[in-house]
Amino acid sequence: MAKAKGAIVVDTVKCKGCELCMVACPTNVIVMAKEVNGKGYHYSTPGNPDACIGCTNCAVVCPDSCITVYRAKA
Amino acid sequence: MDIKDIIKDENVIYKKSAVLTDNEMHYCPGCTHGVVHKLIAEVIEELGIQDTTIGIAPVGCAVFAYDYLEIDWQEAAHGRAPALATAVKRLMPEKMVFSYQGDGDLAAIGTAETIHACNRGENIVMVFINNGIYGMTGGQMAPTTLQGMKASTCPFGREPQQDGFPLKITEILATLPGTSFVTRQSCHTAASVRKTKKALIKAFKNQQAGKGTSLVEVVATCSSGWKQSPTKSNDWMVENMFPFYPLGDLKDE
Amino acid sequence: MKELKLMKGNEAIAHAAIRCGVDGYFGYPITPQSEIMETLMEEQPWLDTGMVVLQAESETASINMVYGGAGCGKKVMTSSSSPGVSLMQEGLSYMAGAELPCVVVNVVRGGPGLGTIQPAQSDYFQSVKGGGHGDYKLITLAPASVQEMADFVDLAFELSFKYRNPAMILSDGVIGQMMEKVELQPFKPRMTEEEIVAKYGDWATTGRTSNRKRNVITSVSLDSEYMEEHNHKLQAKYKACEEDEVRYEEIMCEDADYILVAYGSSARICQKAVEIAREQGIKAGLLRPITLFPFPTKQLQKLAQSAKAMLSVEMSAGQMVEDVKLSVNGAIPVEHYGRIGGIIPSPGEVVDALKSNFIQG
Repeated sequence: MAKAKGAIVVDTVKCKGCELCMVACPTNVIVMAKEVNGKGYHYSTPGNPDACIGCTNCAVVCPDSCITVYRAKA
Repeated sequence: MDIKDIIKDENVIYKKSAVLTDNEMHYCPGCTHGVVHKLIAEVIEELGIQDTTIGIAPVGCAVFAYDYLEIDWQEAAHGRAPALATAVKRLMPEKMVFSYQGDGDLAAIGTAETIHACNRGENIVMVFINNGIYGMTGGQMAPTTLQGMKASTCPFGREPQQDGFPLKITEILATLPGTSFVTRQSCHTAASVRKTKKALIKAFKNQQAGKGTSLVEVVATCSSGWKQSPTKSNDWMVENMFPFYPLGDLKDE
Repeated sequence: MKELKLMKGNEAIAHAAIRCGVDGYFGYPITPQSEIMETLMEEQPWLDTGMVVLQAESETASINMVYGGAGCGKKVMTSSSSPGVSLMQEGLSYMAGAELPCVVVNVVRGGPGLGTIQPAQSDYFQSVKGGGHGDYKLITLAPASVQEMADFVDLAFELSFKYRNPAMILSDGVIGQMMEKVELQPFKPRMTEEEIVAKYGDWATTGRTSNRKRNVITSVSLDSEYMEEHNHKLQAKYKACEEDEVRYEEIMCEDADYILVAYGSSARICQKAVEIAREQGIKAGLLRPITLFPFPTKQLQKLAQSAKAMLSVEMSAGQMVEDVKLSVNGAIPVEHYGRIGGIIPSPGEVVDALKSNFIQG
């Protein structure tokens, strides 16, 4: 069963696939999509969303402000 | 909890700052400019100074910085941002003024304007992005290019006899009595981004308190210029840039 | 209240600046114009009008401070002499591109290079043809007296704001250094931000208030179609300037066979030369351009219909003479007479030049 505390939504149109969010994620939530977006980038996506703890690290390091982070209130 | 239940407006804990415009940034993937732009936008939003802040954009990759923050901007000639900022602040002392410059702009062509604005103690914030290379013109040697580091105008690596030494301008500026806060930060991890934001908040608050010049250097990557992926660029920066450009506050008065 | 005083041309510039409500002066010392900033520092206008006066680290910094101040919609100015004005060309080009008003005073000295500190008029090309890179012009006023040094500060600001383009007061070491009586205009208060918006529009960077989009002062665009359109807009302004802003003075031109064309201190010398020539039975007259850009082309064309020849008298190797020739377009002979390197010609020399070129030959 899902035990996620947090969740992210990536603006896949704006994402440039730099992978900085993937590296910044402490729980390996993020993967790069096999598909490419309109700019030709393998965009970032939560491949393992249940592991998200809503720490915001991915969004904080994102240069293009593509990631919105949500966290369930306790 | 199911993810669908988490993704609700009331649960948002981090989103794009309202001070950022909707324009897609022209920067390369992973560029530190995007992170620092975002931080400045967040600081302006949090301090409630959107209506009173004037930004001075440089020449270099950040020449179009004014497309990305919903504030009034002036775009300066190469290296002259501190001169513009000087006049803007002196003529409108009640406004908040910051300049945003890269290493070529601040530490080569604009060295005189930089040093003298700091030496006069102009009550402004100066943001300095140091990635050791000229990004916009295609990867030429910068004043801060490391010894041995390759660039298109030192293709075999910077060699001091030919090219001179990398310039630690931030250390020079910290010696000037006009500067009150001089710090060197980075954005390679979430923790370092948060520290850079704290430094920017302090710099802007210093201006509100009339404390003179605050300079925030951000040691940055240029994955296109360095010819490495953004993640590898971060590793390279930690290994090579940080030993020569150590992070931390150089001055905080 | 108007006041009658005896002072140097350079000092008159400083007093006029304070009196016409200038917001900021940014400068760097250079002979023969240093009295402008010295007078301002002595007067301490920041105590009365709030005017900012700052000695910058270079002329490059001065003009870029002027850019910053002008971008805020403020009345800002600088002054220098030839070598310093060369350093300002970068900033002037950017300001013309970004459509910013400002006033730059050039108290010209002899060149090229460090040249001499003696007076010259060899910066005519640099002033009226643009000076920096790109297609642009400076609105250029040429004072010929201490009174005009004072009066043209306000006029230059008026024109520069009207056209949102830098204006230059092209003086020289003679006018800057000589003392004459001058009637100073009454004090005009500096404009508030609201008055600036009401009079000149809402384009300045005074802080993005919630009722408008952000204002951006810039001269760059990578969109060539936009850039072509922007350049056409600049050219249209210069055209409008040429239609509406030409200023000149005519002395005894009505019946003149020979027209001397001269501006600034040369015009004063030529005024005496006209007298001497008339005493000798030569019907000479003087056309003194007050605006060098826009140039009094139409008036010269008109005079070319009745005169036999024109002599452009300048303290240069012959710069304005090219514009006189373009104006006359071959209708009558046009020659140049001038001394260079800091030498001032005498009225007698001018009369001799007139005779040797057109009468004795």
